[in-house]
This record gives sequence, C-alpha cells and structure tokens, in this order.
Amino acid sequence: MLTDHPSSVQSGPAFRQQPVSLTINKKKYELNVLPWVSLLDALREHLDLTGTKKGCDHGQCGACTLICNGERILSCLTLAVMKNGSDVTTIEGIASDGELHPLQKAFIEHDAFQCGYCTPGQICSAIGMYQEGKAQTRAEVKELMSGNLCRCGANTNIIDAIMEVKEQMSHA
Amino acid sequence: MHNFNYTQVQTRSDAIAIADREPESKFIAGGTNLIDLMKYNITRTDMLVDINRIEDCHTIQETDEGGLSLGALVSNAATAYHPLTEQRYPLLSKAILAGASAQIRNMATNGGNLLQRTRCYYFYDANTPCNKREPGSGCSAIGGYNRIMAILGTSDACIAVYPSDMSVALAALDARVHVSGPEGARTIPFLDFHRLPGNTPHIDNCLAANELITSIELPANGFSNHYSYLKLRDRNSYAFALVSVATGLELEGGVIKNARIALGGVAHKPWRVLEAEDFLQNKEPVSENFLYAAEIMLKGARTFQFNAFKVELTKRAIVRNCIMALNPESQLPGAHPSA
Repeated sequence: MLTDHPSSVQSGPAFRQQPVSLTINKKKYELNVLPWVSLLDALREHLDLTGTKKGCDHGQCGACTLICNGERILSCLTLAVMKNGSDVTTIEGIASDGELHPLQKAFIEHDAFQCGYCTPGQICSAIGMYQEGKAQTRAEVKELMSGNLCRCGANTNIIDAIMEVKEQMSHA
Repeated sequence: MHNFNYTQVQTRSDAIAIADREPESKFIAGGTNLIDLMKYNITRTDMLVDINRIEDCHTIQETDEGGLSLGALVSNAATAYHPLTEQRYPLLSKAILAGASAQIRNMATNGGNLLQRTRCYYFYDANTPCNKREPGSGCSAIGGYNRIMAILGTSDACIAVYPSDMSVALAALDARVHVSGPEGARTIPFLDFHRLPGNTPHIDNCLAANELITSIELPANGFSNHYSYLKLRDRNSYAFALVSVATGLELEGGVIKNARIALGGVAHKPWRVLEAEDFLQNKEPVSENFLYAAEIMLKGARTFQFNAFKVELTKRAIVRNCIMALNPESQLPGAHPSA
C-alpha cells in the first residue's frame, strides 16, 4: 500500500514538495519529494534503486537497512526530507568495480540466504557493525545483528559469514 | 499517512515559536517511534518541526557538580558508547544497549527515548477502544489479552506499560530532565517526568504544550562498581521487556550503604519504591534481603487474566539482578541473566 507515494495521495496546494539532495553510492541525486516520503520510498520509487527492500515498513525487520553518513539506519522510519545533504550507501554501492565485497562473497560461500529478501539489509547492517567496532565475540555479533530478521531461518549461516569476514578484517 | 508540511529549525526558540504558532505541530528528532505512529495514523500532525539541526543539544559533557549532561539530540548509541557513560554510568550504557536494535539506537535520540509511547497492542490497533489513543473510548486490554500489561500503578482506564529501557536506568540514577518551552526553562526530577494513567492515560508525561527536552542530567554518583541491568523478554534480543530491573548498589564493610532499584515493563512509568531501598540500607547483600525488598516493591500489585505470572517473575528478577550487581563482570551482552 503506497500511501506515502506522491502519485497516490491528494497533494493539494497546501503541501509543498521539498528539494532533497543526496549522494548515493558516490553519485549525486537531486529530487523533489513530499514531506511524508520515506527515504526507502525515495530510493525505490523515485530513483529506481530497488536493492534496498521494504519488509515490514515499521522498523521491525531491518530489510531496509542502509548506511547513512557512516551509520546503519532504517530507511523506512526516515523521511527523505530529513536526510537532505546526506551521504548514503545502499546494497548497490557495496561491490566495487564489479568485484563483490568480501561479505557478499562470504554470503554465497556460507549459503547465508534462501529467499534473499533480507540479504541487502543484513549486508549493509553488518558493514555498519564492522565500522562501529563494538562486536568482538560471536555472542556480541548476534546481539548487534538482532535488528535484521531472516524468516527463512538462515541466521546461523548469516552469522558464520559475518564472523568469517570479521576475522579476515582483523588479520588484514 | 496523514499529509503534513515540514520545516527545519536551527534554534530551540525557533522550534518553540513555530510549535506555538501551528496548533497541530509535532517536533521530530530520530523519528523511530513518531514516524511509525504516523504510519498507523495514531499520531497525526499538520506540521512536522525537524529539531535535529538545533546545535546546543548535541553534546555529552561533564557538569559542575561532577555529573554528566546528555544532550537531548545525542543518539542512544552515541550515549551508550561514550567513554564517560561507559566508565561512570555503565548501568545506563547497559540499559540503552538492551533496547531496540543497533539501527534504531543509531537513529533514536535521548529526548525521544523518554517520549516513546506504549507498545500496548490495543493502543496500536485503531479498530479497538483505547483510552490512551481515544480518551473515553474504554480500555481493551483490561478484559483482553493482557500478558504484556502493567501490574503496578494501573487504573480502570489503562493498564499499558511504558517501554523504554534507558528510562529505567535514568530512574535508578536519579536523573533530571531539562526542558525549554514557551514559558521558559525548567528542570524535572526523573521520577516526576512520567505519570501514572489515572483517568487521563492519553497524557504520558508532564511536558507542557510545546515544551522541548534539551538535556538529561546525571548526578555524580553512577553506581559504577556494583550495578546490573536485567531484561526478560519473549525473544533473546530486539523485544520489549516483560520485566526489566536496574540495580545500583554501594557496599561498605560487607553491607549495603546505598541501594537503587528501578523496574521496567510493569507500570506506566519506571517504578521505584524508596521504602524497599531504605530497607536494604546497612543490610548484607544476600538473596533473603533482596527478596524482602522485592516483596516491598510488589506490594499492591494488581494482576489481570494473562499477566499474573509477572508478579513472581518480577520478584525473581529483582533478586537475580541485585546478585548480578555484586559482580558486574559476570554480565552478558544483551542484559540476559548470567549464571
């Protein structure tokens, strides 16, 4: 239900579109959105960046996780207008020069997904977690990844993949 | 979502002035609860006032009295991981990190954490009566599925619980809330900030119209030697508390000199009973004494069809957490019970 999509709401003259400038995956984007458009919908519906997934749309599943100004956040609970001027990294920006990110490779090696719907959020969330530097043990990784649900039940393999890359990074 | 206009402000005075001028306005900071409530049409606004750019609410700094001032716009994650919080108020760090998920803690602010609303199922379900959502419509929880609801301080109008973990630690630590509003600035003791439901459960706290939280002040004593936060819930992580306990103890010569115990998940506000803390003074830190304190804290508990288990669960959680507080190193990530 796209109640927050501009084409499906009554946008009388009282409601002003707002200019939003974003750097997404190192590319500049300028768009105009109504105030209630989430960052998630701005990406998916306005910019055709559909890698970021809409799961629950209520901040409960983590499928919409992306990295904004260096921090992992939920794009479904973020209004695009509030992130004007921000630097965003989505799953589309994780690989570089056609080379998969080590965590993307590890997800394949560990069979860390079945349907794949939670995967973009899992990967962005884990990269955000690496950058935070607060998770050392497997128990801490599980705790700090608890905002990303996998309803296929691939969690064990997901944590395996995340741990493997974490160990590679600490030896690098 | 109900349509609204949006404006961004740079100063507190602009925020308050705009809110004063626009009758159906709301302040937004992290938005993790407000945007969700707006998606469900439980909260409606015509004008969203974005306060994130207000400059003087973004710092954590020491106070003249040796305490700590937490800016209202500092994120929950930045607060929990700040070296001064970790070293001097580890109870607060633990409580914050037991709440929500890493993503939400990155977004959510300290001021907003205090203002989050109940997760009562019926409050969220616009098809059912709820005195908190629609005053006078009735309470669906009292005769409904009330497993997660309150056992202390309830009224015939509302048995919802207040969901914040951070606030349970702030209550134990005797924090103070600094606010600014159309009538000027004032300071509110933490235990007076949230209110019991009474006949007006739609009012969660004592903020006046268009008042803004600017900072939260911690007194010098952080109970950093003997503390623990325990959170019991239906999932291992990323779930609201059925019962949570924040304990801070000061020990001297084998006896308790000063005790603080605050409860979450059991009432419309963080729950403290000074009589129980007084009882523990000059007592040995042993299970029998903690159990007696727990009995005092649960006096007057009123249960409903599905939540009677919470009384015994809360008593055990108090005893367990006070024992855990004696040895903070034993605590596990996620505020789980340690062996």
